[in-house]
Amino acid sequence: MTTDILQLLVSGLATGAIYALVAIGFTLLWQTSQTINFAQGEFVMLPAFYILMAGNLGLPFWAAALIGIAVSVLTLGVLFKLVVVDPMIRHGVMPLVIATIGLAIVLKEGVKEFYSAQAQPFPPLAEATNIAIGGVVFSLQSIVNLAIAIAAVVILQFFLSRTYTGRCMQATAQNPSVARILGIDVDRMILYTFVINAGLVALASILVTPIYLAKFTNGETLGIYAFIAAIIGGFNQVRGAILGGLLLGVLDNLVATYLSTQYRNALPLLILIIVVLVRPQGLLGRVEERTV
Amino acid sequence: MNARNIAIAALSAVVIAALLAAPYALKSYGLYILSLWAVTTIGAIGLNLTLGYAGQISLAQGAFVGIGAYCTAILTTKYGYPLPFTYLVAFVSCFSIGWVLGYPALRVEHHYLAFVTLAFTTLVYLIFRNEEWLTGGVSGIGGIPRPVMFGYSLRAPAEFYYFCLANLAAISLAFWGLIRSPWGRAFVAVRENPVRALSLGVDTRRYTLIAFALGAGLGGISGVLLAQLVQFIDPSPFSLTASLNLLLMVVVGGSGYFFGPFVGAIVAVLLPEWLRFSGGLYLICYAILVMVLMAFCPTGLIGLAGRFLKPVSKPAPVPAREQTT
Amino acid sequence: MSALLSVRDLRKSFGGIVAVDGVSFEVHDGEILGIIGPNGSGKSTLFNCILGQLQPSQGEVRFEGQDITGMRPCDLNRRGVSRTFQLLQIFPQLSVRENLILAGQEHQGTMTTRLFGPRDAGLASAAEKMIDFFRLRHLADELASSLSYGQQKLLDAAMAFMSGPRLVLLDEPAGGVNLTMLESLRERLRAINAEQRATFIVIEHNMEFVMALCTRIVVLAEGRIIAQGDPASVRADEKVIEAYLGH
Repeated sequence: MTTDILQLLVSGLATGAIYALVAIGFTLLWQTSQTINFAQGEFVMLPAFYILMAGNLGLPFWAAALIGIAVSVLTLGVLFKLVVVDPMIRHGVMPLVIATIGLAIVLKEGVKEFYSAQAQPFPPLAEATNIAIGGVVFSLQSIVNLAIAIAAVVILQFFLSRTYTGRCMQATAQNPSVARILGIDVDRMILYTFVINAGLVALASILVTPIYLAKFTNGETLGIYAFIAAIIGGFNQVRGAILGGLLLGVLDNLVATYLSTQYRNALPLLILIIVVLVRPQGLLGRVEERTV
Repeated sequence: MNARNIAIAALSAVVIAALLAAPYALKSYGLYILSLWAVTTIGAIGLNLTLGYAGQISLAQGAFVGIGAYCTAILTTKYGYPLPFTYLVAFVSCFSIGWVLGYPALRVEHHYLAFVTLAFTTLVYLIFRNEEWLTGGVSGIGGIPRPVMFGYSLRAPAEFYYFCLANLAAISLAFWGLIRSPWGRAFVAVRENPVRALSLGVDTRRYTLIAFALGAGLGGISGVLLAQLVQFIDPSPFSLTASLNLLLMVVVGGSGYFFGPFVGAIVAVLLPEWLRFSGGLYLICYAILVMVLMAFCPTGLIGLAGRFLKPVSKPAPVPAREQTT
Repeated sequence: MSALLSVRDLRKSFGGIVAVDGVSFEVHDGEILGIIGPNGSGKSTLFNCILGQLQPSQGEVRFEGQDITGMRPCDLNRRGVSRTFQLLQIFPQLSVRENLILAGQEHQGTMTTRLFGPRDAGLASAAEKMIDFFRLRHLADELASSLSYGQQKLLDAAMAFMSGPRLVLLDEPAGGVNLTMLESLRERLRAINAEQRATFIVIEHNMEFVMALCTRIVVLAEGRIIAQGDPASVRADEKVIEAYLGH
């Protein structure tokens, strides 16, 4: 029984860590540029297909993965900001939200029409074997995913809090106008956020796609899970997004095992509704007050 | 009456005449598509109230259409209730669910409603698919009747088409009255500047909930008609895609304009049939159109047409909004 | 004479910053009270706490003897407290007349009559009167967006009076208004104060405007009241001069 729970916990944390990566990107975009990216799920779905396409050219997996990440950074980071966000944001938040909904459809249907409507196998980073630690058997894939995700978050946190550029980005997130007065190139910092988001979703894509296979619909649930993770954590904090993601991953796994597989997808939705009802500022969030 | 109003009146008259004459020119499939347009427009009118007038992004309109459709399917085929009764049940249940759903979301910033409704739509879809005892699961429910009025059956495509048109006309008139009433003025005020509206005694929360719930109720009515139109329903047309489609439809047509949903539904329902586009490719073009419109003309096709009809208008200065918590 | 509005020991802090630090004052029926103070002295925060736009951390606000602390702005407005904002807040897509009707409609009838009743909510003649009073007759059917800034400012003020309020809080009514308009604004405010027995609280940076308009003045600095009295005595107060000239 306890070993079961330990196994579930670790595999839950592993998926949760992937949700967290996506939620962090989401939160960063919101913080620095008030962009609510409804296409975030599709942003996770797409890099896997970039990698598959690069692989179809005959490249080894590692090279294809690097190209995939680079193309993601270019398209989902730089181009997304320049072509979609910048022209929209002057009209306000609403048109941008609608435009990202449109973008989600374009990406999803685009993959379906121009690549394939069928689920494609995607090479995992680790062998599908199990390893025993202290008598408990874990899947190697879970452990590897968890380790990579943790490493990514640690590096990101280090970058944001310890480097000059990182701190400029945080200043931009907290108060763009003050940051501008302090001589920070705010636009550049916002661009970096988009690039980081693109990197995070590309990494999440590499980790998650071997589990679900590469399919054009992958983004649907991932997007909403990422947002729910962000809300649970408080929407405007990176720490919150991490907590939210991990919590969601673990709960999701427990429900699927012990309660109902049919309603597995319902749990995060219920959590979302409860959080919005009971604690709309999120578990780690504080109520923000602004003067009128 | 100025030239612009005359142009609108003339165009409306031509369109109405064409709609009334359609059964003489079209075969049953053409009529089916036109009926679908009318039914979809009703759902889009509801969403236009929520989105265009109250300024709330709802991703649940497809789910409300689904709830309306399943209400009709279940009540008529399993329990033998008459159709008019299902209208009432569908409207009241969608209205109440809309009210309850909107309430928590309004306590926080408005984009939360988008995600709460997104969650709701997914949840409702799961229920349609999994609760076989009630909804028939993936095998759906068939044999939904069409209405009989004064002993005269409206089964045939042409008759049922007129029935859909009559429904659309009635709802359009009611909606016209609504947006011209003080309620309509309050909706606009809440959308344009909630802080100021609140300071003028407008209970923004109540009006927003009303707009959301009424919009949901109209979604339910659209579902009732849809069930009668297709006569067989399963969960697939009520997935998130349906809600997204309805949302884009309203935006493409022009949210906040009376005729927006009509135009939007033409682009979403009629054009793909006439242009013989395959589904996915059309959806891509459509979504790109949405993005281009958002960048250059967020007021949609009606707003774009308005620009050409009124070339001398100067842009309205937008007042600096004040944020509150 | 009992106070129309009394504010007792009002405090508001944001995180560690205390914006309003124990402010108490009263406003009497028919008065025009000015609140002045250097930038960041807590004037707007005080307004927003009185008006329910912000929840005060501590203290009490009473209107006509009843506790209204933290009441929602719309409920407060229906009890007869109205306001304008520092930045212009009109509805540019509605006509001047529509703006005015909107400003009064929630005070008329019920939700049902507002849905099924007349389109003007029975406010047609009241709106016409207000249009004449603020001399906007020639603009009555224009979209508010086509008005000049000064005219919009007049409309903004007119909207605050549509519901026949007992108390009106004006947040920098003179801000950005040119001299001729300023004159007509002050004169109209004086007239409405006399005719409708409406009581005003005015936040203003334009000293000349405040001194000419108000009967009594409260001076805020760093969230506290440092002086109050009639315009002449406040003008002569050393603490006030010091607060303005700074440290």
